[in-house]
Amino acid sequence: MSSPAPILEVRDLKTHFPVRGGIWLRSVATCKAVDGVSFQLLPGETLGLVGESGCGKSTLGKSIVRLLSPTAGSIRFEGVDLATLGRKKLKPIRRHLQMIFQDPAESLNARHTVGQILEEPFIIHGIGSAEERRASVDTLLDKVGLPRAAAHRYPFEFSGGQRQRIGIARALALQPRLIICDEPVSALDVSIQSQVLNLLLDLQREFHLSYLFITHNLAVVKHVSDRIAVMYLGRIVELSDAEELYARPRHPYTRALIAAIPEPEPSATRTRFIATGDLPSPINPPPGCPFHPRCPHATELCKREAPPLRETSSATSPSHAVACHYDLLPAAIPSPLGAPR
Amino acid sequence: MSEAPLLEVRDLAVGFESGGTVARAVDGVSFRVARGKTLGIVGESGCGKSVTAFSIMRLLPQPHGKILGGQILFEGKDLVQASEAELHRVRGGRIGMVFQEPLSALNPVQTIGRQVTEALLLHKPLTKEAAWAEAITLLDKVGIPSPEVRIKEYPHQLSGGMRQRVVIAMALSCNPSLLIADEPTTALDVTIQAQILELMLSLQRDLGMAIVLITHDLGVIAQVCDEAVVMYAGQVAEYGSVEALFHRPAHPYTRGLLASIPRLTTPRKSRLPTIEGAVPGLNEMPAGCRYQNRCPYAEARCAVAPPPLETVAEGHAVSCFRWRELPEFKPVTPASA
Repeated sequence: MSSPAPILEVRDLKTHFPVRGGIWLRSVATCKAVDGVSFQLLPGETLGLVGESGCGKSTLGKSIVRLLSPTAGSIRFEGVDLATLGRKKLKPIRRHLQMIFQDPAESLNARHTVGQILEEPFIIHGIGSAEERRASVDTLLDKVGLPRAAAHRYPFEFSGGQRQRIGIARALALQPRLIICDEPVSALDVSIQSQVLNLLLDLQREFHLSYLFITHNLAVVKHVSDRIAVMYLGRIVELSDAEELYARPRHPYTRALIAAIPEPEPSATRTRFIATGDLPSPINPPPGCPFHPRCPHATELCKREAPPLRETSSATSPSHAVACHYDLLPAAIPSPLGAPR
Repeated sequence: MSEAPLLEVRDLAVGFESGGTVARAVDGVSFRVARGKTLGIVGESGCGKSVTAFSIMRLLPQPHGKILGGQILFEGKDLVQASEAELHRVRGGRIGMVFQEPLSALNPVQTIGRQVTEALLLHKPLTKEAAWAEAITLLDKVGIPSPEVRIKEYPHQLSGGMRQRVVIAMALSCNPSLLIADEPTTALDVTIQAQILELMLSLQRDLGMAIVLITHDLGVIAQVCDEAVVMYAGQVAEYGSVEALFHRPAHPYTRGLLASIPRLTTPRKSRLPTIEGAVPGLNEMPAGCRYQNRCPYAEARCAVAPPPLETVAEGHAVSCFRWRELPEFKPVTPASA
């Protein structure tokens, strides 16, 4: 394909944590939170990363900005591998790579005014005079739809939605090219959620930002994403164009997720394929395909061998990868959206 | 509507005292729940939906929470006037409750068995052995695999979904006629949420209990409830059948909520309609309609006096002066063709 060079290319990324136990706190097991994830992100594109709690989506996001150190694999950001970079070399790159967190109440320093919070990135990176920095703070507040007077107030004086705007303004401060959004609207009420989603979409258009959008909400992720990766137990099980994923989900887990969305429509036909059982632990994942204990189609092969993420090209979609041994027919389980129109 | 409802809340007002002032968290809320039916209470954080639920059980945080007025008629008895002894019989007996966070609803240092049998022993004349056997049956009924093993375990040994099943088993232990579920699936993952909602509905079919389901998720309301109350800033904005609320919403707030949720059918990356502004704080409620500062249809009279609850159709009421004048509601096209 002659697409532009990816802004981010993650290859076979692994982030493992030692599980300590016993009186000497020796490592007794390994939690494979992220276990061999590969994907690309193009400039100006949004890649949605969706999955349930414990699937490793947040660990993946934090590993990319190097808030966590990956165990193996590479993270090429504009051609530079961040996975092995030391602190000094990482610092100048960090300004192009920012993160928005789920809970703005926890990610904003409660003892700093909003002005101080927004000024800090400039100070850390030694940008501009005091005068220029204050002007930048005003511009940032304008951009995210907060009054300039907000600079003199503290985070607790704001509502959840406004605090998330402050978090977004801070991420925007140094004109990043990539923003990792980790559940940015999950803590917000629906009426506020749509305001923040609109803001993120507007900013993306204005600044040609790339987003890695991490969420558990399947309706939200479809709304904002160009492509979507579905994660399960530390691995990507399906990666495809957003519309394609919902119209023709190939992985049984993706189908279970989509079928489980409670649609705000009383007449919506409930084609309930409910995944039975619980999420296994990433400390002791099942052998073979990680989804096989919950999968209605699992066979002996699935219990033995983990399926790789493989490309299943079709006439309708140029790129649709799935980690399943089988080519499940789209008709096997009807999509809740009904027949493709 | 001839049969007396199982639960009728009339003009309930609840306040929280702090520093000499009383903040009215719930102000004039009325609704009815018929036997065997599911009523949803939906609204955003701070709208008073959980306070309403806690008031029904008379479990308001003490000493600050107070019922300031109104009646809560349950099986013909007013719970607002009930004595502590009467309330003991009702709580966990006739009314079961399921909370949002199962880990904080369960005692971490007691086994599942001890906690499930506690309610049984309190409300039924059973021996310990009989209660234990019944607890195993209950755990089996809520879909816990190998209940005779699980019953000896502690809450931390179970997953979130399993814990919520235990809480449901406890709530059901005395065959309540009413189950109050406060955000029962909010802390759970979507596939687990689907399991728990399905479980609650199948138990309702088997046991014939009524459910009051409190949630912020309109999707859950649409999929599970027969009727719903939309609350805003401590008051009822609109109530009606789920069908009426989602297809013929009469309150601008209900319409705003429905429009602002991204759906699978919403064009991708399009601007979502929003409700501008924010809910006024409890101590700065305006005179008149509480939604006026965010309402695109607000006019002068909305600021003068609160709008009364007017009947739109049988079983559908709205608290808005201008509901007749709103433009026709364009329903979102149903998902299935």
